[in-house]
Amino acid sequence: MTHAEILKVSDLKKYFPVRRGLLQRAVAEVKAVDGVSFTLAAGETLCLVGESGCGKSTVGRLILRLIDATSGSIAFKGENITTLSREAMRSRRQGLQIVFQDPYASLNPRLTAGTIVGEPLENFDRLGRGERAGRVKALLARVGLGAEALHKYPFEFSGGQRQRLGIARALALSPSLIVADEPVSALDVSVQAQVLNLMMDLQQELGLAYLFISHDLGVVEHMADRVAVMYLGRIVEIAHKEELFARPRHPYTRALMSAAPLPDPSAKRERIVLEGDVPSPMSPPRGCHFHTRCPFAVARCREEYPELRSDGPMHRFACHLDV
Amino acid sequence: MTVAAAEITNMPRRSGLWHFVRRNPTLVGGSIVLILVALAALAAPLIAGDPIAAKPANRLRPPSHLNWLGTDQLGRDVWARTVYGARISLVVGLAVATIAMAIGLLVGLLAGFSRTVESVVMRLMDGLMAIPAILLAIAFVSLSKASVSIVVAAIALPEIPRVVRLVRSVVLSVREQPFVEAAVASGTRLPKILSRHILPATVPPLIVQATYVAASAILIEAALSFLGAGTPPEIPTWGNMIASSRVYLGLAPWTIFGPGLALALIVLAVNLVGDGLRDRLDPRIARRM
Amino acid sequence: MTAPLLDVQDLRTHFFNEDGVTRAVDGLSFAVAAQETVGIVGESGCGKTVTALSILQLLPPRLGRIVGGRILFEGTDLTKLSEGQLRAVRGNRIGMIFQEPMTSLNPVLSIGHQIAEAVRIHKGASASAARARARDMLELVKIPDAKRRLDDYPHQFSGGMRQRVMIAMALACDPKMLIADEPTTALDVTIQAQVLKLMLELKAKTGAAIVLITHDLGVVAETCQRVVVMYAGRKVEEAPVAQLFARPAHPYTRGLLASIARGKAGARARRLKEIPGMVPSLREPIRGCAFAPRCRFAVDACRQEQPRLTPVAGTPVHQAACLRVAEVLAS
Repeated sequence: MTHAEILKVSDLKKYFPVRRGLLQRAVAEVKAVDGVSFTLAAGETLCLVGESGCGKSTVGRLILRLIDATSGSIAFKGENITTLSREAMRSRRQGLQIVFQDPYASLNPRLTAGTIVGEPLENFDRLGRGERAGRVKALLARVGLGAEALHKYPFEFSGGQRQRLGIARALALSPSLIVADEPVSALDVSVQAQVLNLMMDLQQELGLAYLFISHDLGVVEHMADRVAVMYLGRIVEIAHKEELFARPRHPYTRALMSAAPLPDPSAKRERIVLEGDVPSPMSPPRGCHFHTRCPFAVARCREEYPELRSDGPMHRFACHLDV
Repeated sequence: MTVAAAEITNMPRRSGLWHFVRRNPTLVGGSIVLILVALAALAAPLIAGDPIAAKPANRLRPPSHLNWLGTDQLGRDVWARTVYGARISLVVGLAVATIAMAIGLLVGLLAGFSRTVESVVMRLMDGLMAIPAILLAIAFVSLSKASVSIVVAAIALPEIPRVVRLVRSVVLSVREQPFVEAAVASGTRLPKILSRHILPATVPPLIVQATYVAASAILIEAALSFLGAGTPPEIPTWGNMIASSRVYLGLAPWTIFGPGLALALIVLAVNLVGDGLRDRLDPRIARRM
Repeated sequence: MTAPLLDVQDLRTHFFNEDGVTRAVDGLSFAVAAQETVGIVGESGCGKTVTALSILQLLPPRLGRIVGGRILFEGTDLTKLSEGQLRAVRGNRIGMIFQEPMTSLNPVLSIGHQIAEAVRIHKGASASAARARARDMLELVKIPDAKRRLDDYPHQFSGGMRQRVMIAMALACDPKMLIADEPTTALDVTIQAQVLKLMLELKAKTGAAIVLITHDLGVVAETCQRVVVMYAGRKVEEAPVAQLFARPAHPYTRGLLASIARGKAGARARRLKEIPGMVPSLREPIRGCAFAPRCRFAVDACRQEQPRLTPVAGTPVHQAACLRVAEVLAS
């Protein structure tokens, strides 16, 4: 592991049991995350991209130990945090923070902005109230909000401003890694631009690493250094951004890129429209998970799961075929 | 733009007491009645006469300037007894609501958070709810000496499961909210999560539920005294007033009207306050209005 | 020139609640010709959904009201119709698709029943004829095993399939026009592509006009022939789709296109172009141009009077509500 590597996830799995009956016996499992591995360097942005049910949000929560993994390991700054006790994990949380998707539900509507942003500080620093207010004001200023925001309640802010509050809260403990779970998906396009610019500025200024989860390829293309595409709990392709967008190797990646509507009526590009629905994570197809919708599938795809293979350094994809 | 449209678009914002009253008629109406009854109960020695002194010579007199609601079969002043009866009803309502809320809150919080506590407690609550409240209360009272505190405890017991269920459901839903996850991610410990994030969310529905519990408690107390299983018979309560005056309904209806109407009025008032509070505090309804 | 199928003239829809009046739509005019696909695009609060609800008179009864303007559909003013007359239009001559299929479908009735209901009521068909039509519609929207699925309930369908069911319902009575309010926003991107492709195919087959309401300029670029851009309850620009993207004339449209991460401008820039400030509150009457506070081209005249729609580049098909069009195009 290089010295700049801040996060290393190895074969991470999370299976949710499906319980039925009076005694709540587990009858099946939802394989939400099924063997995910990647690394993240300090100051880097890795985007996890995929559609609903692919497990990307679950990965984010697993890394923060908001839910516990079924198996696999998570190493943060060289330390294995997968099985740390709750109390031990608590002290590590200063380095690892999260920004949520929903700007409305991620802020307690009954608390003032000052209390919300100051809560992480309350938990760890032995600051007096006055000093803490000063730190909160500085954080608010850094995300572009004035000091008058201190005493306002969430309902008094717009969606974009609330998301800034969420970012300010995440910055409070000076983390080195922020998991951003679809941070702009619930915002209007023009507001997305403001928040994304803010996040990029903060990354430059503070050397933050981002695990940026999104379903929007446009945002991913803008923010990412590297991109990992997920489908049904597994990574199907991972590469540097320019490489991925220039030469996508996995059929799902290509379908994803072709499906996203481009605001350019004159653009000519390949149109792959997938048939059928996303299979249920409770019963993923045998063999390659994608073969039921893949326009290129052959017999081998139905039988055997393709392992990740390389196409040049740092570009790996999981497909039997060379399409 | 027509004049009508211009008037509409220039509608002034109205604020102040009158506007509050117009927007919340149930809340205001119920509160006024309740406050009046409470004041009357407090000032009973001043505004009512003697509820206990029996003047058999004056029995079953119709309402007059001497006895505003007439006299009962022992010559006691019905008005005085009704006003003093309000004291019992209000005390019982308040006490039952407070106890049921306090215990229910504690148990509900624990049940919402710990799966083991939940499985034991909820089955217990289900069992408790399966027994009709009045029967349970009667059983409880008959096991001990009759007194107001026993009656309060007896009525509070069957009300607790409702509160536990309510608190537990609020805890379960708030627990899943991203802002609670955010608190965990910020390193907030469990006690603070409970007190700062979970508890405040339980308060609005709890307040509303408290009013309904109070109304129900008042009625059950009246029923208990009616059946003779409630407070000691010397204390005038609406329930035992109605019970002893049953036979005189045809002869001297005022003996029942006093306590009967008072009971109906106070229960209605408490329910109106509950409805008004619920409309006010429920964020979905409040925002649409 | 034939009369347009839908002609909205100076529509004003206001919402009234205890805090005051919200001018959700404030003088909107646009027209849709037969068989045309027009997109209404804007961000949240711009009034596009309220416009759709106003056309079909589906505003919440005590809160929203059309206070001015006319909505002419096939020559009849919809604002003047009684509820009974409107019912004959809704579902029959104008179909509507909403954003959330789960809440627009009745969860306790089979979808076959729901589709057939519209046919029975509007066309007076018998139960068996209506059911046959429902099956035809399901096949039309490419739901596999249509005959069996007629008796399934909404919860047995996935999100994308439910939206197809909504489309089937909307088209069951062969309407002249379809109003689709954010039909694919709640769907995954690959499912969205399927549904949009289906809508275009169906449009070609049935010849219905479509009014597509969305915030996604990409969707507009791929499906619409003409575009209306709305801001703060007003129309700020209208153009054929190619022209809107090639030469946007209104500063808001420009700002919007520049801030999209995947637009032509965004892909190359390191920082996205932001539109500073926020959408104005619709509670207060807005003096002058609604976008002026955020516009870098704004001059004093912009704040005095609401700019009229002026033709851009000499063609009446491309209009922008801006006093400074020449400067905007030059920059």
